[in-house]
Amino acid sequence: MAEKPIQGEKRVFMTGNEVVAWAALAAKAEIMYGYPITPQNEIMHYWTRLAPKFGKRFLQTEDELSAGFTTLGGVLAGRKAFTATAGPGNTLMQEPMSMAEMMRIPSVVIIQQRGGPSTATVIYSQQEVTMTTYGGNGEGLRVVYSTANHQELFDYTIKAFNTAWKYRFPTFVLGDGYQAKMRESLTIYDPEEKGLEFVPTETFLGKAPVNGVKQPVHLRNTYNTEEELYEVITRYMEEYLKVAPEIIEHREFSCEDADIVVVSHGVVSRAAKVAVQELREEGLKIGYFRPVTLRPFPAEELKKVAARAKTLLLVESAFGQMAKLVKDAIFGSTVALENLFKPGVGITSEEIVVRVKEIEKGALAK
Amino acid sequence: MTMIPQMPKSWRLESKPHKFCPGCGHGLVLKALGEAIDELGIQDKVVFGADIGCSLLAWDFFNVDTVQTHHGRTTPVVTGVKRANPDVICIAYMGDGGGYAIGSQHLVNAAARNERITAILVNNCNYAMTGGQMAPTTLPGMKTETTPYGRDVRESGYPTQGPEMVAAITREGSYVARGTVANLKQLKGFLKKALQNQMDGNGFSFVEALSTCPTNWRTNAKDTWAFVEKEMTKFFNVGELKNPAAKEGE
Ligand SMILES: Cc1ncc(C[n+]2csc(CCOP(=O)(O)OP(=O)(O)O)c2C)c(N)n1
Ligand code: SF4
Ligand SMILES: [Mg+2]
Repeated sequence: MAEKPIQGEKRVFMTGNEVVAWAALAAKAEIMYGYPITPQNEIMHYWTRLAPKFGKRFLQTEDELSAGFTTLGGVLAGRKAFTATAGPGNTLMQEPMSMAEMMRIPSVVIIQQRGGPSTATVIYSQQEVTMTTYGGNGEGLRVVYSTANHQELFDYTIKAFNTAWKYRFPTFVLGDGYQAKMRESLTIYDPEEKGLEFVPTETFLGKAPVNGVKQPVHLRNTYNTEEELYEVITRYMEEYLKVAPEIIEHREFSCEDADIVVVSHGVVSRAAKVAVQELREEGLKIGYFRPVTLRPFPAEELKKVAARAKTLLLVESAFGQMAKLVKDAIFGSTVALENLFKPGVGITSEEIVVRVKEIEKGALAK
Repeated sequence: MTMIPQMPKSWRLESKPHKFCPGCGHGLVLKALGEAIDELGIQDKVVFGADIGCSLLAWDFFNVDTVQTHHGRTTPVVTGVKRANPDVICIAYMGDGGGYAIGSQHLVNAAARNERITAILVNNCNYAMTGGQMAPTTLPGMKTETTPYGRDVRESGYPTQGPEMVAAITREGSYVARGTVANLKQLKGFLKKALQNQMDGNGFSFVEALSTCPTNWRTNAKDTWAFVEKEMTKFFNVGELKNPAAKEGE
């Protein structure tokens, strides 16, 4: 087999989809299963160019149901397998991922959000938040990282593999069409040289006999009685809630004395950051809060911020999908909620600045 | 003297007697499959995938690695296993609804890609697990819960010809046959060849088995057999459609 895909550290300038392919290589992913959909395609394009050089494989499936289920098959066979999709493909991906939740099959899915509902646009949105966090007929037993830039796409794709295999919950990296297609500078690196240890994979099916003895396993996702299922789900939920604090990540700044805190995630949080910095320079008391994990959600962290602030301004390229998560998280708080919702459209820092000033003015007028 | 029924070695005794209805063909197909696995000596290398449908009752049937999946999705799951570990012998076990309706795209494409897996499809002319609705294989005029006046071919077409379709879309290397629970010796032979074909790395192997569902057919023993042997065979020809080994061997 060829040497390591990345030696040491390298400064590069590339698209987000290329970044994901490199990150999967760096994370020692062994096989990708996928079905074409924009804006995710180039993850497969780069993977199919790079992977064979390092003894890794690819299967183009007949649809995303198959991409998801073959990925689960690959994982059960003991491989670090992953897939990537978007929009209507994400809709189909929810079926296999619900099986992953029920059977605790570690799996990594990269989502590059596009406009919705339906076929909508192939460009950009943050409209796959509800589906990616709580899709499928279950309880949302999964981890969702929402990235904001190419460095994070690299870092969190690598991290997603460890999270999935450590906790055995399906793990999503939630990007978007902008991140997928844009070129940006970042540093790619060999994670192990940085001291990161990979969680080992496990072979669930087709394990070789030990000392000549084969212990067959029987894996299922169907149960006969309500009580049986209740017992299993209760146990899974307890485990999920127990590890959630270890998984939860968020970023915040200038929240200590802020009257208005801008809450946003993903690529929109970049505009929010610039807006908050500008408004601070003008002397306004504005803060910045960004959930990195949308599931599990940084509820306690946001509650603390909400307890001090007067207003949370919820900004997203969707009509309140993140807002639902926020409301659920801060239930009981009396903080005022304002919003800037632009489903399927990008949001600039200028727009956020204008919206904050409107809210300021309204507050003064009262 | 107590008589112990002959059970294949690969069967899991703890889960017997099995959970299928009395007179169900699933148990017979799985008996033939168990014997085929035994005779080939591959028990330790098999990964058995069970679909949703009455097939799911086989989730703990064999002493082999088993994964029960979703309705129609067993073909992609075992495809994923096989692609990730070509050393194991993968079986996708499904019903006619799972293989020819909800999972038909997976069957067609696995066949077209010549996946090195063995798909076994139990044709019982109905959706049995859900209470006897029309399946793609329901015979013309046959009454089911969703065709209470009989299947009208102008409304819902003719029974799916599965093995014929698979034979038509596969090229060299594939093994395709249709057996019946009315001839278990022959069915076992087909299953053995289908597994051998995978072991030889030739390509996709597919066996449909004509099977019984007395519960949903609402038939007694005599009528059940008459239906399999006389009615089903009017539409479904039993025999081998493709066998790579035969060509080379002769
Ligand atoms: C996505 C989905 N749709 C529907 C069902 C309900 N369902 C369970 S089994 C089944 C039909 C099974 O029929 P078949 O595949 O012919 O197997 P049989 O029970 O006849 O052996 C259906 C429709 C399901 N489990 N999943
Ligand atoms: S319902 Fe029909 S197919 Fe299902 S176990 Fe009973 S007899 Fe067999
Ligand atoms: Mg059926």
